[in-house]
Amino acid sequence: MFYWLQKNLPKLVIAPSFAVILWFVYGFILWTVYISMTNSKMLPRYDFVGFKQHIRLWSQMRWYTAVENLLIFTILFIVICILIGIILSIFLDQKIRAEGFLRTIYLYPMALSFIVTGTAWKWILNPTMGIEKLFIDWGFTNFTFDWLVNRDMSIYTIVIAAVWQSSGFVMALFLAGLRSIDDEIIKAAKIDGAGLYSIYITIILPMMRPVFMSSIVILLHISIKSYDLVIALTAGGPGTSSDMPAVYMTQMAFHRSEIGLASASAVMMFLTVLAIVVPYLYSELRRQDAGR
Amino acid sequence: MQVADSMQLEALERSASRKRTFYRWLLFLILGLFGIYYLAPLYVMIVTSLKSMEEIRQGNLMTLPREIMFDSWKTAWSGRGYAAGDVFLRPFFWNSIKMVVPAVAISTFFGALNGYALTKWRFKGDNILFLLFLFGCFIPYQAILLPMARTLGFLGISNSISGLVLVHTVYGLSFTTMFFRNYYISIPDEMIKAARIDGAGFFKIFFKVLLPISAPVIVVTVIWQFTGIWNDFLFGSSFSFGEAAPIQVALNNMVLTSTSVKEYNVDMAAAFIAGIPTLLVYVLAGKYFIRGLTAGSVKG
Amino acid sequence: MYKQVLKLSAGFLLAAGLSASPALAGGEAEVLHWWTSGGEAKALKVLKDDFAKKGGTWKDMPVAGGGGDAANVTLKARIVAGDPPTASQIKGPTIQEYDDEGVVAPYYIDEVAQAENWDSLLSPQVANHMKCDGFTKYCAAPVNIHRIDWFWANKKVLDANGLKMPTSWDEFNAAATKLQAAGIIPFAHGGQPWQDATVFEAVALGIGGNEFYRKAIVELDMDALGGSTMVKIFDQMRKLQGFTDKGMPGRDWNVATGMVMSGKAAFQIMGDWAKGEFSNAGLKPGIDFYCLPTPSNHGYLYNVDSFIFYGMKGKNKIEGQKMLASSIMGKNFQKIFNIYKGSIPARLDVPMDEFDMCAKGSASDLKYAAMTGGLLPSFAHGMALRNAQKGAIQDVITEHFNSDMSSKEAAKRLVRAVKDTL
Repeated sequence: MFYWLQKNLPKLVIAPSFAVILWFVYGFILWTVYISMTNSKMLPRYDFVGFKQHIRLWSQMRWYTAVENLLIFTILFIVICILIGIILSIFLDQKIRAEGFLRTIYLYPMALSFIVTGTAWKWILNPTMGIEKLFIDWGFTNFTFDWLVNRDMSIYTIVIAAVWQSSGFVMALFLAGLRSIDDEIIKAAKIDGAGLYSIYITIILPMMRPVFMSSIVILLHISIKSYDLVIALTAGGPGTSSDMPAVYMTQMAFHRSEIGLASASAVMMFLTVLAIVVPYLYSELRRQDAGR
Repeated sequence: MQVADSMQLEALERSASRKRTFYRWLLFLILGLFGIYYLAPLYVMIVTSLKSMEEIRQGNLMTLPREIMFDSWKTAWSGRGYAAGDVFLRPFFWNSIKMVVPAVAISTFFGALNGYALTKWRFKGDNILFLLFLFGCFIPYQAILLPMARTLGFLGISNSISGLVLVHTVYGLSFTTMFFRNYYISIPDEMIKAARIDGAGFFKIFFKVLLPISAPVIVVTVIWQFTGIWNDFLFGSSFSFGEAAPIQVALNNMVLTSTSVKEYNVDMAAAFIAGIPTLLVYVLAGKYFIRGLTAGSVKG
Repeated sequence: MYKQVLKLSAGFLLAAGLSASPALAGGEAEVLHWWTSGGEAKALKVLKDDFAKKGGTWKDMPVAGGGGDAANVTLKARIVAGDPPTASQIKGPTIQEYDDEGVVAPYYIDEVAQAENWDSLLSPQVANHMKCDGFTKYCAAPVNIHRIDWFWANKKVLDANGLKMPTSWDEFNAAATKLQAAGIIPFAHGGQPWQDATVFEAVALGIGGNEFYRKAIVELDMDALGGSTMVKIFDQMRKLQGFTDKGMPGRDWNVATGMVMSGKAAFQIMGDWAKGEFSNAGLKPGIDFYCLPTPSNHGYLYNVDSFIFYGMKGKNKIEGQKMLASSIMGKNFQKIFNIYKGSIPARLDVPMDEFDMCAKGSASDLKYAAMTGGLLPSFAHGMALRNAQKGAIQDVITEHFNSDMSSKEAAKRLVRAVKDTL
């Protein structure tokens, strides 16, 4: 009996957490899937109507806008954050005196809540109050920067604010990764005559694969959950041009009394995560296992 | 000949050091530009909170206040004094503390245990298990709001700090498990094997061997959890009383009005005050944060 | 004989016990609302104090933001958790929507309403909004009546350009064109969906007429929604778009009011809470600014804020509900609350002498409109339609206003959007 306990202790230890996850994550997902097949309006109802809400969902113009925006936003957000993260971390790694100070400046945005971020950026990006007015006041009378109020460009303003908030964290991840690389490897490469640039590209960055993985996981989860920032910055506007799936779902569920429709959109979001994240993570984990 | 050589060498050195200086300046320029990008909103926030409403209405965003007034800060923290029934931040600050501390502690502890079990005691399907945990990071909270409400109602804690602690702990588990698992996996198995040979059991190894060297990952996890939970608004407003609400709900109540006059200076002061704990955490612990990351907590 | 004494004394005790109970119960009310700062908070405090005076305990549950958006999330979470607040700031058809879900019965406050004869204190339209169970039992109490279709204008700007307040939409267009040429922003607007909808319904009322508004917006008649009158309404919306400035999208309503106050802009269409901005800055109606209904045929778009009372358990809570309902309909409360809030009382017999010029005008307009069939529920503020339809219509309006969609296309989309939600 004691042997059995000892042998299965690890599993037993994980069991409570797993049970919790099973209920609060997967149980709730199942509930959402079920509700997405009902006629629920303002409060949940349990009448089964098949795929009616899903069909409805794919005939909604707002949903298409939201999905398109999610794609644009996610790709830009992840790519730019990682680019900035890499550049800043490499620069900071150059043994500068002000490293600690600069690092704090780049990192602090993540500490702020969306009300601050949204309101401040809303003002900064507003043509009549912010950057555009500033440049005009300074004498550049023809300067325009009206992305915020332009329905084709509004989604990019969300990218600007989101990158601002999260790129510092990516920088921190890469900086940590850079610091943990053995100096010997770099020295050896330098002796072989490799230039700084090629050292970075061919040796250092590939070694940062795990950091890429963590960054992408974290950035992706922020992207999918984007609600607060969108609401605070553009409220989905102008019109509905900067709509995002999480915003759409929340509005449908809580302000349009269309819980069934909202659940259908949530199911779509889950499926997307499943389709992209799971294969990626699984292959990374297998690779790590193989390397051990 | 030697003089010419050494002069050539000097010239080369000089041009090399000029190049270095040039690159150095370029570096600082770029870092500085990014610095402005990151600091701009903070600047706007603080400057606005120190202006009077008149100035805000007339002036432009970036101008410094004519006269520095801390009145908005006082109003934001302790209200107006007159019986306007306003919301102000002081009482809600402690509610947030009461919620954050247990949630962070519990989720961190179990995350550590899980990470440990998943990496040092391999069993069949442990990767799949980890994947299942990871998936929990991606759940949009609005999607699970209603079933959570039902569950909390069933448990009788739908309107309390305890309910909030439960919610935040549960959804923190996915992240904390990830952080610890990725950290422990890079710790050499030899340490554990040696301890086992010495006769140490599961828990002994955990407390005596692993925890003492887990400081970096604990710092990372605590910072991440603290920030996320402190900044949460959705769960706080859905699952707590008026007076027991956490600070973001109070901030929201101060800043957002539907049909009444907005006082942007008080709003910005309030937003800053509400953000001080997390800002402090990042500023003070930033150093440890990097150290924690360096030690491989998120490298994977 | 012994048995008789026993029976008598038992009966005595029983009677004594029964009569002694209710007066000791302190009513308590947990109130969910989003009136959290400035004039709104001040107004709500009047209710809190009133309730306390009656001996009740008020538990405040404020969740601000977006005209109740965040509060609605909280509310639904609590209802699903089985623990609804005693009273919530809910208005319009949403009241009946909750009733359909079965969470409002058994309508405890109807008792109070009958005892105080609310039917005689409220206009029939307002009273109907407050009733559940097929419009037979009171389940909500009205706090005020806001008027939506107001023009706010800067008098000095108009005087300087030789203009008077427009009495028709054509007059407005002409005035706006003149102002634009003079370098003044004719129309200050905050580009948020609810504000777009507010402007739309004022235009619809004016250009379509009272009957049209009722048919199209309230009854959702498909021909009216997609017909030529609707196209004309969208045309006017397009003209209004041309009179706004670049910074319009996303702007808060009070910032737009600020533009009118400072003279940067001339007109704004907004509900009567805009008055608060002017008063706070010390400006006076008729002297510094004009408040006049938007052009229409004695139409009046109303918004009634109210508190709904959900089905409850617990004697204290039920008692609290009754006390609160009674407080809300109190004459003095209605007067003071509305002076602070900028609206007019829902209760008909409140003396108006302490109200300002705009409010007095609103009250008399209300009576006239009620008599002539022009008193209509605001759809933009949730009085005419259920959330799903309202939202669908709002989406089309805001898309049209923020793009160069043709009016015909907009009308078509309107019909399609509404059909999808029915």
